Amino acid sequence: MFRLQGSKVLAVDMTGDAVKAKNGSMVAYDGQMAFKKLTGGGEGIRGMVTRRITGEQMTVMEVKGHGTCWFADRAAEINLVGLQGDKLYVESSNLLVTDAGLRTGTTFTGLRGASQGNGLFTTTVEGHGQAAILSDGPAVVLRVSPQYPLTVDPGAYIAHQGGLRQTFQSGVTFRTFLGEGGGEAFQIRFEGDGLVYVQPSERDTIAGDV
Amino acid sequence: MSGYAGAGGPAVFDPSTLPVDDNVNDYTFCVELKGGQWFLQKGKMIAYYGAIDFNGIGHGRLDHLVRRSFHSPLHASDWVVAEGSGKMLLADRAFDVNSFDLDEGNLTIRSGNLLAFQPSLALKQSIVPGFLTLIGTGKFVAASNGPVVFMEPPIRVDPQALVGWADCPSPCHHYDHGYLTGVLGGLRAMTGFGGASGEEHQFEFVGAGTVLLQSSEALMAEQPIGAPPQQAGVPGGQGPQTGGAPGPGGQRLPGQLGDLQRRFGL
Repeated sequence: MFRLQGSKVLAVDMTGDAVKAKNGSMVAYDGQMAFKKLTGGGEGIRGMVTRRITGEQMTVMEVKGHGTCWFADRAAEINLVGLQGDKLYVESSNLLVTDAGLRTGTTFTGLRGASQGNGLFTTTVEGHGQAAILSDGPAVVLRVSPQYPLTVDPGAYIAHQGGLRQTFQSGVTFRTFLGEGGGEAFQIRFEGDGLVYVQPSERDTIAGDV
Repeated sequence: MSGYAGAGGPAVFDPSTLPVDDNVNDYTFCVELKGGQWFLQKGKMIAYYGAIDFNGIGHGRLDHLVRRSFHSPLHASDWVVAEGSGKMLLADRAFDVNSFDLDEGNLTIRSGNLLAFQPSLALKQSIVPGFLTLIGTGKFVAASNGPVVFMEPPIRVDPQALVGWADCPSPCHHYDHGYLTGVLGGLRAMTGFGGASGEEHQFEFVGAGTVLLQSSEALMAEQPIGAPPQQAGVPGGQGPQTGGAPGPGGQRLPGQLGDLQRRFGL
């Protein structure tokens, strides 16, 4: 059972079950806990090799026991995501804790990943349960529906879930090269039905301020 | 709509539930565009619904707009015009953002703190180096490190905590060196032996108006505001981007003997 204590600390109550958490993110625990590093993110040999090849590396530990365990990471804001059989796409660096029952994997993101400076691959979380994701400043959750597509700055995007198609938009014109660009040269457009998480801050992207 | 967000999950926004020209949370601001325009600093848009175009100010079609509401062409390239219809979210490095309304008023703000404004306001360089002045009627969005506090003059404020001021005409420096007089005081101010509080220098405001303070002393990165014309009598006009010319005898180093000599009457 995940619950937020404030907005920057996650408390997980466990009764013999387990969660997967970012390595080293435990700040305190109460009761009996065992921490075990999961080689290759607990995805088996194939997952391990995939992650090594794709550069979407994630060091994960399994936390199991009875009691309460608290997680936090560099005072970043924590957002809870409930999954009911759908798929969450999130950068591995933004993933804090998932229920042990959720499957994690890697997927190709194409140009979007490249524009974020996060590489071409992203992490997926799938199944039924809860996950906690990190953001710089509290994330805003935006719903995308067929009549309301959404456009997002690659530097502010952190995660999305549901049945969404993403297309990469470039507003690069000759003006960009004259230093008179619109400042939003690269954008990701989401269409379909689902949720997008954005943070109120922009990572440094390769496109920068063009 | 399918129910993605689990019960008790975070609030989910869509175009109908996003606020109109108001804060979504402390760090994110939502602007509604209905065929209108907004000026924003480059790269501060994080997401939008609808059809919105972002154009550099050098875009020919926007010339009339720039002529009306932009009065420091030298830094126009750091601003962008958002145009179209839809809802747009603005944020800046997870700093607090707030919107303010001006009604036939004026407000001077540190250049790094101004995020966006309506074209009904005119943006000008302030006489005070590093500050910008907005004049007219309209709404603007400013970022600050920690929530903004509004104070009434007369007030003396810490230089790093000052975000801006509205309607009060006389910001000036104030030096609180009263307890540091005499030879021993001079030694103390110079060396720090015996304790200097670090708060001897303040900005002083008097008159009617409002002073805006942020609740931390962390400064935002300065935005280039362009250099004022190089003329005699124009503050900051002597050199590009530097405030105040060095005194006679060149730049004075901290801890230089000058102060002590003056105290001895040399």
